[in-house]
Order: sequence, then structure tokens, then C-alpha cells
Amino acid sequence: MDKVKKFVLVFEKIMQILFTICGFLAVAFVLLITGYLIVSGLPAIREIGLKEFLLGKVWASTAKDPRYGILPFICTSVYGTLAAIIIGVPIGLLCAIFLAKMAPKRLAAFFRPAVDLLAGIPSVVYGLVGMIILVPFVRETFDLADGANLFSAIIVLAIMILPSIISVSETAIKAVPKEYEEASYALGATKTETVFKVVVPAAKSGIAAAVVLGIGRAIGEAMAVMMVAGNVANMPGLFKSVRFLTTAVASEMSYSSGLQRQALFSIALVLFVFIMLINLILNFIIKREKK
Amino acid sequence: MKKILSLVLALGMTLTALAGCGSEGESSAGGSGTGLSGTVATDGSTSMETVIEFLREAFTEENPDVEVTYNPTGSSSGIEAVSAGRCDIGLASRDLKDEEKETLTGTVIAIDGIAIIVNNENAVENLTLDQIAQIYKGEITNWSEVGGADAEIACIGREAGSGTRDGFESITGTEDLCKYSQELTSTGDVIQTVANNPNAIGYASLASVKDTVKMITVDGVEANVDTIQSGEYKVQRNFVMVTKTGAELSEAAQAFFEFATSADADSLIEQAGAVPVKR
Repeated sequence: MDKVKKFVLVFEKIMQILFTICGFLAVAFVLLITGYLIVSGLPAIREIGLKEFLLGKVWASTAKDPRYGILPFICTSVYGTLAAIIIGVPIGLLCAIFLAKMAPKRLAAFFRPAVDLLAGIPSVVYGLVGMIILVPFVRETFDLADGANLFSAIIVLAIMILPSIISVSETAIKAVPKEYEEASYALGATKTETVFKVVVPAAKSGIAAAVVLGIGRAIGEAMAVMMVAGNVANMPGLFKSVRFLTTAVASEMSYSSGLQRQALFSIALVLFVFIMLINLILNFIIKREKK
Repeated sequence: MKKILSLVLALGMTLTALAGCGSEGESSAGGSGTGLSGTVATDGSTSMETVIEFLREAFTEENPDVEVTYNPTGSSSGIEAVSAGRCDIGLASRDLKDEEKETLTGTVIAIDGIAIIVNNENAVENLTLDQIAQIYKGEITNWSEVGGADAEIACIGREAGSGTRDGFESITGTEDLCKYSQELTSTGDVIQTVANNPNAIGYASLASVKDTVKMITVDGVEANVDTIQSGEYKVQRNFVMVTKTGAELSEAAQAFFEFATSADADSLIEQAGAVPVKR
């Protein structure tokens, strides 16, 4: 009996150590990546100059007289993400309301897995479909020489952020106590009035979290955007070929060398700072909600 | 019970597959031993990466004890490295300049032929080298200016740092002047995009172009292996191995050099997307 007890104790101890190691490992990866990005991203910024790097409008990394200004990439990422949010949030929110409040149970049971499937589609597939169908469509519809531009990228991004917006805001809407709605109905409000004046305001922090999550997804997306945006380092314009922060790193990495390579790490650092900020905002919203 | 059985089966299958891999590797490695050993250091043109990669793979298969290293630094640094003795063989995707020829010898191992492609629906059959340069510089913006339909031209190219882009821009004299409407990261992407867009013009290695797009003639010369070897087709450049004149290569480096310039290398060079030299 004693032997068994001892074995159990030793086993428990071993497992505890294993859990701890795995816990530390996950944190170690985050710290490692952060440290590496800072160490490899700062030298180029120092060499180029922070102002020239962040506010320079010309990116010509392999020219005889190289210029490393990433303002076009920053603006493109910000514009692209904002526009995708402007298109994606209303659609996603209304879809979430439909799923949570309006849809018959059977229909919702079919819709929900479909939305989840949308989230599971690899981004390269979004890019491929965008490249084969959306880009020629945009070219013909707007009578352009080429359909690979910011507009196509915005459409693809707006579709890609839908699933996260839908599922997070649906959860938030469902968490609104039923009594709120019943009180609203009792006062003679219609369904639409109840949804927009009672349910949505009550779920607003959850919906805000969904929007921030969508921003995070849109700003970090590389593959799909690379296939539809054209990747030329222009200052953004709706029908201009543009390059995002993510695609700036991805498209030049394979053959880069010297300062060009270091500058790509610096772009990754800037992108990392953006994502950190978005996560901080998300944490702030969630914490405020708990209070 | 069923679960255990299927697990055992799966394990058995994986092991068999792995064993297959192992024996295959052994037979190819153990097939021939030439007794050569040492390191061959190559340094230079980034555009030659694929060609060198194919040559290196085949060469080390025959001479397993020889290690071939490749340092992608650019043609000029490669030439400098070989003249300073920092590597055995320099790689340049351009011909040697006269002052470089005083101390160095260049041997052309392959030719990089770059096809100019347009959509199959495009009526344009021929462009001059100058017209191509003007199109990419944004001085000609409509196909009607060069005998095509009235449509704006979309210039498709490769990303900065790509060997094909470097080759195209240096041959047409458009370095850092191109106004691209798309910069794509692979030859396949360029061909696919041109195939999908009736307004597009693009460039790609000759070997990768299939009939999904139309190759146009440049100054009236069609791009094919013969016109590239004879030098009639203009959008081409040489891949050159650079060695020190008079200095003797190490045994391993000499063997690699001879392999790269032999007829055996021709099919490898073709696989790598370049055109072998005429013998």
C-alpha cells in the first residue's frame, strides 16, 4: 500500500514539473520572439534614422541609392484595415444578431457551422479565389488596367474578419439577460427597437472586443493580401497597387541581404508594436467589462 | 482491441515507408565514390542561385565528400571575392569588364533568356527593346501606341531582389525606373496574372513559359533556345563562372568547374530554367 502511495506522490511531482516547464516554455517563446525582433529590428532603424524610416515616402530597397521609407506600408495597413472594419463590422454584427435573435433554430444550426467553416479556410485559399475571381472582376467593373489594388485587398480582408466578428459578438449578444428584452417588449417596443436600443448597447463591450479582434486579424494578414494587392510600394489610393506592412516583409525576405534585410526586420518590429497595441486595447476592454 | 490493431498497422506502415526512404538514400550515395574531397567555395550572383543549386546537388551526389558552398552576394562582390582569393569560383550574371579581364577569366556556363509575355488575347506580336523599356518606365501607357487595342497597359514584374527582375531591368536599362502595377514573388505568379489579364505585360524565364500566355518577339526575333544561343534574341544575359587567370584551382574546385561546363550539366541547366551554351 505504501509503495503505491509513494508512486502516486512521485508521479504527481513529475507531472507538476512537466506542467510548469510547458507553462514557462510558452512564455519563453513570446519573450524570445520579442527580444529577437527588437535586437534585429533596431540596428536598421538606427542606421536609417527613425524619422526617415517611419515618415519616408519612398521605399526602394535595391536601388543604387537605396531609400527605406515605410510610410506607404503603414498608411496602407491602416487604411486597408479601417476600410475592412467599416465594411465587415456592420455585416458581421447584423449577421450575429440574426443568428442570436432572429433565425429559426434549424436555420441557425446550419448557419453557425458555415460561419465557423469560413474561419477555418486557410488564408491562401482566400488569396487564390481573390486572385482568380475578384481581381478580374474589379478590373472589368471599374475599367482599370489591373484589378490588383487596395480595393480588392479591402474586400478580401472584410470577408476574412467576418467569422471572428460574428462569433464573438454573437456570444456577447446571447449573454445579455433575457429580462432586459422582456422589459423592452413589455413597454411596447418592436423587435428591431429592442435589438438596437436594448440588446446591442448592453453587449457593447463584447462587440467592441469583436471589432478589435477583427482589426488584429486584418492587420496581421499577409498571404491573402499579397495575392490581391499588387505589392507595389505606392502611397495608398483605392485603385492603386499597394503594399501592406506584412507583405513588405514577406515579399522581399527571400532574396534580401544587408541593410535591406535588417530593414525588413524593422518593419516586422513596427508591425509587432501595432499588434501589441491592439492586444492592449483588447485587454483593456475585457477588463472594463468585468468590472 | 480494434484501436490497438489499427495503431500497430499504422506504425508498421510508417516504418516500412521510412525504411524505403533509407535504402533509397544509401544506394544513391554509395553508388559512386570518386575519392575527391574538400570544399568548393562559390560566391556571387543571386540570379544564379537555382542553376548553382541544381549543379551542386548533382555534383555532390557523385562526389559525396566534396562540399560546395554558395554565397549569394551579387555579381560584383563575387568577382571581387574571387580576385581577392576569398572563394574558388566567382559567379557573375554579366560579362566581365575589360579591366576585370586583365586578371580574371570568365567562362559562360549558361544563358539566362527572359521571355516577354502578354495575354493570349493581345493582338501585339512584336515590340522593340526600346518600346519595352518605355512601357515599363510608364512613357507608353496604352496598347494602341504599340499597335494593340485601346487599353491601358498593366506592367507585371517581380519583387526587388529577384534575379529575373535584375536581369530584365539591366538589359532594358530601366533600373529603378520601372512603374509596376504588380510586383509578384514568383515566375508562376507572373505568368498566371498575365494569363488572367488581357491588359498585362510581364517577363519570365523562358523555360517556365507555357502556352497559357503569348510570348512576343523582341526586335522581330522570337525567343527560343536557338536565338538565345546565337545571341539574336536581345533580352538575355550570360551566367559566368569567374576564375583567376593563371592560378590553379584546387582539385575539387577544378572538378566542379569541369562538371559545370561539361555537356552533362546541360539538362540540369535546362531544369533550372536557363539555356545551356552551344557546343
